Amino acid sequence: MTSVFSPPGFNFSNQSRNDFIAEKGIPMPKATSTGTTIVGCLFADGIVLGADTRATEGDIVADKNCEKIHYITESIRCCGAGTAADTEFTTALISSNMELHALSTGRKPRVVTAMTMLKQMLFRHHGNIGAALVLGGVDATGPHLFTVAPHGSTDKLPYVTMGSGSLAAMAVFESSWKPNMSRDDALQLVKDAISAGIFNDLGSGSNVDACIITASHTEMLRNVEMPNQRVEKERQYRFARGTTAWKSEEIRKLVVSEEVILLAGGDEMDTT
Amino acid sequence: MEHSFASPSGHPQPHQRHFNPYSENGGTILAIAGANFSVIAGDTRQSEGYSIQTRYAPKVFRLTDKAVLATNGFAADGNMFVKKVRQRLEWYRHAHSKDMPIRAIARLIQTMLYARRFFPYYVYNILGGIEEDGSGAVYSFDPVGSYEREACRAAGAAQSLVQPFLDNQIYFKNQTPAHGTSHPAHLPLDHVLELVIDSFTSATERHIEVGDGLEIYVVLAKGSTPQVLDRWQGVTEMTTTQDGERMFVIRRNLKRD
Repeated sequence: MTSVFSPPGFNFSNQSRNDFIAEKGIPMPKATSTGTTIVGCLFADGIVLGADTRATEGDIVADKNCEKIHYITESIRCCGAGTAADTEFTTALISSNMELHALSTGRKPRVVTAMTMLKQMLFRHHGNIGAALVLGGVDATGPHLFTVAPHGSTDKLPYVTMGSGSLAAMAVFESSWKPNMSRDDALQLVKDAISAGIFNDLGSGSNVDACIITASHTEMLRNVEMPNQRVEKERQYRFARGTTAWKSEEIRKLVVSEEVILLAGGDEMDTT
Repeated sequence: MEHSFASPSGHPQPHQRHFNPYSENGGTILAIAGANFSVIAGDTRQSEGYSIQTRYAPKVFRLTDKAVLATNGFAADGNMFVKKVRQRLEWYRHAHSKDMPIRAIARLIQTMLYARRFFPYYVYNILGGIEEDGSGAVYSFDPVGSYEREACRAAGAAQSLVQPFLDNQIYFKNQTPAHGTSHPAHLPLDHVLELVIDSFTSATERHIEVGDGLEIYVVLAKGSTPQVLDRWQGVTEMTTTQDGERMFVIRRNLKRD
């Protein structure tokens, strides 16, 4: 009898079958990609992260207001670009392991720890996990900002961008970023960088999300800027009753009623 | 790794490199024919991959006072094709002292496209205007010249989003009329303009290559009143002759993300 035990981690048992099917010319299903603009930027007392909110499937917009800034710990957050499912599951797994790590060490976990766990996981999977990340947070050693590429390489920089809108956003950082900016200036710079991606990169769009992390406090600013509200439609598209044609009609009673007849007394609950 | 230039026999073999002369520049066009008018529209974004090349590149062109051509696909081919069609229409004017009728323009476009059967213009064309009998007309073409006269047609990046909407709202597909009534064969102009605008705002919401601006050309048959256009903002008259067909363009903004 075949085993009902399923080992932890990914299941590769259909790999050779899928390779064979792909060789026959039948394409594999395409995953939702967050063809994204995500950024991070260091300022005087912490980190500001930013993301747009468009998710695409090819050239179609799959989600107009998705969340790309993921929770790792209270003072560490991670922006995800690439395959939507991969960024969500990778950050959720690392978030879970960071909580266990914090519990076992009894300390507030560090950003390098999350970065190392992420890069080791991604490197182990040879780039098959399509997650391009911007990781930022504040710990006992100060503020830290990293990018993690899908193959596991990392960068540590004062301002970073990733995703299809990374060039548009980086252009803004390169022209205006300064060391030791105020919180308001840093947030405005991040908003401008994400907006550059939203308006100049077709893979990015809709709203701006931001997250400000300092030593004492983390502020998640969901939809801080909404520059792309839908305009009102010219007509109303309501259909009159009876518009849809039908071929046959069958009406069934879904409520089943039954009558219970007690054969003999003595089984009643004692309610005295 | 580079491929070896030497054949198993040791002789050098000719090596072909690939050059692709075509590109795809996104955007969407659509046209709807009414009883005595025709509406031809297109967005104005031109893109390549994930980049916007320009937010204003017209895809809809006035050919004569009663004919408008919308092109979609490879923008360079589209512009060149419009240029060649206009040249042929000018020669016709010099030879016959009148504008070519729209059904003749349609046949001309067919022969011009088929002439390039084995190196086609990578363009989907929609021709709209007024027929000699005064009725609104829409002709749609494939890149090698197959064409058909229709009441409505959408083409381009968001064709798959817009055409089913038009089938439902113009042809009343999947709509059974209320008992004792029937669907109209043609819709009034203001209703058609509302459908065109809603088509483009919706395509902009869900298709990344559609947006920035909208140009709607309206061609009215001889003697019809343009008063219905009064409620619309941004209307410019394009008519060049007197007491013939009248042409207007309505320009609107679309979302830019």
